[in-house]
Amino acid sequence: MSDKWWMLTLIGRDSPGIVAAVTRALAKAGITLGETSMLRLGGNFTVMMMVSGDTDEERLGSLLAPVVEQRGLRLHIDPIEAELHQHLVPNVQVTVSGPDRTGMVAQVTSALAEGGFNILDLESDVAGTPREPLYIIQISGIAVEPVERIEERLAAIRDTGISVNVVPVDTYIG
Amino acid sequence: MAVLEILKLPDPRLKQVSEPVTEFDDALRAFIDDLEETRQNGPAAVGIAAPQVGVFKRVVIIDCSQTRKPVPNHGHLILVNPEITHWEGFEAGREGCLSVPDYTGNVIRATRIHLEAFDPWGNPLAFDMEGYEARAAQHEIDHLDGILFVDRVVSRRTDLFRRKVYQKGGKSKKG
Repeated sequence: MSDKWWMLTLIGRDSPGIVAAVTRALAKAGITLGETSMLRLGGNFTVMMMVSGDTDEERLGSLLAPVVEQRGLRLHIDPIEAELHQHLVPNVQVTVSGPDRTGMVAQVTSALAEGGFNILDLESDVAGTPREPLYIIQISGIAVEPVERIEERLAAIRDTGISVNVVPVDTYIG
Repeated sequence: MAVLEILKLPDPRLKQVSEPVTEFDDALRAFIDDLEETRQNGPAAVGIAAPQVGVFKRVVIIDCSQTRKPVPNHGHLILVNPEITHWEGFEAGREGCLSVPDYTGNVIRATRIHLEAFDPWGNPLAFDMEGYEARAAQHEIDHLDGILFVDRVVSRRTDLFRRKVYQKGGKSKKG
């Protein structure tokens, strides 16, 4: 396997079978997958895939062209510097939820960034009802300061009626 | 004493169900010494189960006394023929495994369990465990039944719902 990696980003209207069609086209051409992440965001299909193989951007584009066209997707290809087996293990989880309002993610992540918190994973979602939307943010990452200190950093956000939970993550290895 | 080789996925032997121990003899205790040495040799392993070193006997070792922040625990435990006789609650927590390098994921486990087992001399043991230690016991006993944590990993989105329950549990414990 070549050590050269590309990041494929595909988005479009969601329908069953997109992942199968995309990965079949790649597999047939001998392209291997690295780490991938598919999410449905607001009814849209989204996937990011590390791919590797004896290929180039043009060839990747052309071998995915049929499925991209048939499924009405948009494809983006970037050459990337990448390595496998570089997983970092989070030691803190932060969950925030409250009435939806502009700037919540910015406020929370800025407070975390000030303390040198390295976000490994962030997902946010709008739950509740259209009339009363509830925004939920779930973050896991590596904290370099104690949980109590992170709590203090987020105290101002909690004071505005938003629920904030900071929990240490002790990964069990056995 | 010797450090034994750890079986790693996709080794099919990890899916094998282990047999109960019937002879509580010196051979068993010598094996347990090796298993312990292997656990300590591994990177930050809290627990280990006999089938992880290719010995398909119902023996596990856990030691939850060395966490970053202290958690309720019963110290260093050698559990022969362990059986969980009662489960309560559930919570998500992150797990990894000596047999699955470079991968961690969230797994739902019972919050509180009652566990019965034998020590290496055949004396009966019984413990009420909670939280991290209960997780350790469940993870290791799974190995005895040929189940790996990757068989139980939940998606991040599923976890979002579960974790809210988990945090309620955590708060009431502190209070």
